[in-house]
Amino acid sequence: MQVHTVFGSITDYTKGTIELVSGEARHYVFSNVFEVAAKSRPYERVVVARNMEYVQEVMRADGVSPWFACGHDEFALCMDGEITVDFIRMKVPPSADKNGAVLLGDAPEGARMGHVKLKRGHQVLLGAGNAYRFTATRLGVLMQQTVLGDLSVQKWREICFT
Amino acid sequence: MAANVAQVVASEPSNRNGYRSFRLGRFELSRDEYFVTVHWPAKGAKRSHQMPADAFLRACMRDVAWNFFYGWVNFDHVIGTRNHYGKVDFYAGTFNGTLKEAGVDYLEQFDADHIMATFKAMLRDWVNEGFGPFAAPVETGTAYGPKQGDNIAAIERIRIATRRMPGLPGDSPLRDDMPVNRAFADVPQDEPEIHAEPGFEGQLHAFSLFKYLSRSDVTWNPSVTAVCKASLACPTTEEFILPVFHGNDRVEWFIQLSDEIVWDVGDKNTGAPRARVTMKAGDVAAMPADIRHQGYSTKRSMLYVWENVTPGLPQRYESGELSPYPVDF
Repeated sequence: MQVHTVFGSITDYTKGTIELVSGEARHYVFSNVFEVAAKSRPYERVVVARNMEYVQEVMRADGVSPWFACGHDEFALCMDGEITVDFIRMKVPPSADKNGAVLLGDAPEGARMGHVKLKRGHQVLLGAGNAYRFTATRLGVLMQQTVLGDLSVQKWREICFT
Repeated sequence: MAANVAQVVASEPSNRNGYRSFRLGRFELSRDEYFVTVHWPAKGAKRSHQMPADAFLRACMRDVAWNFFYGWVNFDHVIGTRNHYGKVDFYAGTFNGTLKEAGVDYLEQFDADHIMATFKAMLRDWVNEGFGPFAAPVETGTAYGPKQGDNIAAIERIRIATRRMPGLPGDSPLRDDMPVNRAFADVPQDEPEIHAEPGFEGQLHAFSLFKYLSRSDVTWNPSVTAVCKASLACPTTEEFILPVFHGNDRVEWFIQLSDEIVWDVGDKNTGAPRARVTMKAGDVAAMPADIRHQGYSTKRSMLYVWENVTPGLPQRYESGELSPYPVDF
């Protein structure tokens, strides 16, 4: 029998359901990363999961992103598309106690470290103190494990079952 | 620590079916060809409960492998453990609304070492040759029948600890030497391309998480693949039924990476049903801190379990300082 593993994509996904017995659907804070990315601006960091200060953010990978940096480790998981990540070792990295990612200018100071090419299911380390920039060779979706920061966008009413 | 803390109280093997019985405080646990039976005292009488041996062993295996996990690990609607991180409760009926109200429940607290040693001894004795309590039913033999051999290798797995991300120097390994599971035969096995500039060799890191998961040899076993301070990504591969009904002492989140899982959600204290949550690829859902959940997955699927291991959370949820729901909107 042929195996068929079902993955989602920004152009082909099916959102699940909640059958309630008691309580409220909004307590499950239920969304779908592909739907969120489909309705977001390019590289908007939309929070889809929050556990106190920790978050999972979804990005629509569309064209070239700004340069980002972070004082702590972050991780990006490519959920759809093909995405190149460029890295710069920053001369002056963000403080380690600054939570979440920050925006840098067009040309952050520092040495080019190289790049990583991601496809669906690939996870990359966005190491503390390194600047990073995404380039989508086709429309895609990224999920980032990080901490709530200045760039985190919370719009729960727009993305969740209520 | 006292030398006798971990001492296991076990009978000689039964003449009838070959299995030992175990005593854990005032609980008695035994198994026969089909069932595990638990006895405890309540209201001056001896009470009992039975579970199919395969279901009990799958649940006990997870509890051991997870080191009692977070919060409540219900083996079924009657028995289970609650982790106090150093101490562990074993209970019968305490988190079943009807049994609790009738006063026929019983809970006893143990040193974690003692209950762990007893559970491991039960697994060593009660898991027969050919039965893998970590495997999905179509992947393994039967748990039933009289004692026949053992499967020590299946139950003595070493838990993989990841400090930052698998594949980094000095961190947990990737799974290149493990075979792709038959249910993930179509999952691409290519790795990300890493192009480091001279002088930065080995300083960029990426791997294929979906390939890594496609080679998982166990089901329902969250393993850490990314550490952001106290935020742990713990993806796992799921098939058949989660062998326990997990009631967490904190909020956790699920992100469905592939295929589909249905979650039965009930009240954490009474077990009363609250919802059935169907998650398909890309779906994200919180499991609030006041529920218990059990998942069903027909096809082996990839699930990203996301935990917050900040110390002291159980007390903050229990005191009401933190809402059981992670986001108010």
